[in-house]
Amino acid sequence: MVLARAKSDSLSSPPVEAVSRPQLRSPGRTAAILSDHRLLLIVWLTMLVVPFAAPNAYFVSLANMMLINLILIASLNLLMGYGGQISLGHAGFYGLGAYVSGVLGVKFGLGAWIGLPAAALLTGLAALLIGIPALRLRGLYLSMATLGWNAILVVMFNRLIDLTGGPNGLLGVRPFAFGRFALDTDARQFPLLWLVSLLVMLAILNLLRSGTGRALRAVATNELGADAVGIDSFRTKLLVFVLSAGMAGIAGSLYVHVNQFASPETFSVSNSILLVVMVAIGGSGLYWGPLFGALIFTAVPPLLLEYEDAELMLFGFAMLVVLIASPTGIAGLPAILRRWLASRRS
Amino acid sequence: MTTTILQLLVAGVGTGSIYALIALGFNVVFKSTGAMNFAQGEWVVMGGMISALLFAATSNIGLACALAVVIVIMAGIASERLVIWPLRRPNTLLITLVSIGLAICTRSLVMLVLGKKPVGYPGFSQVSTLVLGGVAVQTQTLWIIGLTLAFLLAMHLFFERSMLGKALRAAAADRDAAAIVGVRVETTVMLSFAIAAFAGALAGAIITPLTLSSYDQGAMFGFKGFSAAMLGGVGSLPGAVVGGLALGLLEAFGSFYISSDFKDAIAFTVLLLILFARPSGLLGRADVIKV
Repeated sequence: MVLARAKSDSLSSPPVEAVSRPQLRSPGRTAAILSDHRLLLIVWLTMLVVPFAAPNAYFVSLANMMLINLILIASLNLLMGYGGQISLGHAGFYGLGAYVSGVLGVKFGLGAWIGLPAAALLTGLAALLIGIPALRLRGLYLSMATLGWNAILVVMFNRLIDLTGGPNGLLGVRPFAFGRFALDTDARQFPLLWLVSLLVMLAILNLLRSGTGRALRAVATNELGADAVGIDSFRTKLLVFVLSAGMAGIAGSLYVHVNQFASPETFSVSNSILLVVMVAIGGSGLYWGPLFGALIFTAVPPLLLEYEDAELMLFGFAMLVVLIASPTGIAGLPAILRRWLASRRS
Repeated sequence: MTTTILQLLVAGVGTGSIYALIALGFNVVFKSTGAMNFAQGEWVVMGGMISALLFAATSNIGLACALAVVIVIMAGIASERLVIWPLRRPNTLLITLVSIGLAICTRSLVMLVLGKKPVGYPGFSQVSTLVLGGVAVQTQTLWIIGLTLAFLLAMHLFFERSMLGKALRAAAADRDAAAIVGVRVETTVMLSFAIAAFAGALAGAIITPLTLSSYDQGAMFGFKGFSAAMLGGVGSLPGAVVGGLALGLLEAFGSFYISSDFKDAIAFTVLLLILFARPSGLLGRADVIKV
């Protein structure tokens, strides 16, 4: 018996449920029972229990970091997974957002609520300026250009000491605040991160469902073919590059005001590369992939901390195992499982 | 004035030679897999650190470096067999991602086995500096330039003259066609990893007397070598040399005349400008894309 495939215009099938739900088993039916919109709402509503069910504040702080990483990885997935443009400079945009927002607060006394949109706008603007020449480059040359851009930014974070605090980091960043009510504890920060990450995920979903999203996937599949059917592939790539960088800027601003600190190594080229890996491990080009990527990116390093020196080794090894065993990433596992089941039954 | 320029020139060509070797490693693997190998920089570190260990044991620099290079080549071959070969449906992105995992594993293995402390050993010659026409030159820099030249020449002959080198080029040009005429395509990737590890280990073994080696330098070497490869035009052997030398000279002159703090930023800015003007690198040819 052939299990129903997800609707062709559905961006990804909901993980696991698709296999276990009996309604889906009727052959030939092409309806996803849970739309991505509904599933998104359900997942985020479930997440609301985190501050109440968490055993300690540390757990909430991890959840907060997870949501920030999710914005970061989901925005990279938009560019890389759907658009096929591999950027090795995403951590640089993240850092630019963090420093714009942080420096506006520390050196110019502007509040975090001004820093957040300013970070999004300025990183978006920077992406526009760098994207116009860089997106004419293809494949590895684009990766090289974005890597170079990230390396330049890291030098600036390190060396413009008067502005950024240099290698010691930017100190004294204020948290988000409503008047005198400061979001300075993990539990108080959670609702803000919850809301912003939900909005970003929703925006990505709607973008993918729009004409731009379809154009983007066409460009990723075949750029010349897309041009031939009237899609302006350069403008599509540029738009998504700018949006994705703007989202990274938002993540950066959230990061700096939540941690009240930023230092250059967080935004290194090595971290950009790790983000690309996390997109792939979660499931590149799958809507729910970044959720898994962000979970692993946030939860695994603390878990491995007790192994001290072997930590890096285990991390690299686990990465290899996942990539070799499931090249489509964790969110791609249900599809592999379904295909395997189908081939067993036929 | 001229002495300064000559001195910077020699230093730049020295560093540039190292970048050229690493870039060559990138290019060889790129040619056979279409992927970017992030483990390239780790082999540089491995070459340097194993040489230091063997030098401490044997106190013979030549022997230590030669043995270290052989060990790293074996590590390169083992890496390919362990992580690239098992891939069921390899594509360029997957190989690139897997090489990141490989780089992380290699780096931590080097740290666990060889320690976290920077290590070094004296230069290959007894005399450390020579004065040639008023210009003070480190003899090790001359060794670097000389050995790099010798290696590049050997590679050129290997790819142009030897049967194996021609087979590698054939497999890179068209895998299926090469298989039809009897090239064992499944071993060409392994061979390219061996050559890449050779180039990396050699770079590490000859730069260590000048800069010391520590386990965490691999990423930096990798990025510089990658940049050099792209600057020259990816996949091109002369491109690696031109790209490496250009990057080395840019760094040397940029850090002296503008600012050593911003050395990397200057080099990368110029590199980006070159790429924007020539999207396929200095010596690269634009690909013809078919729909």
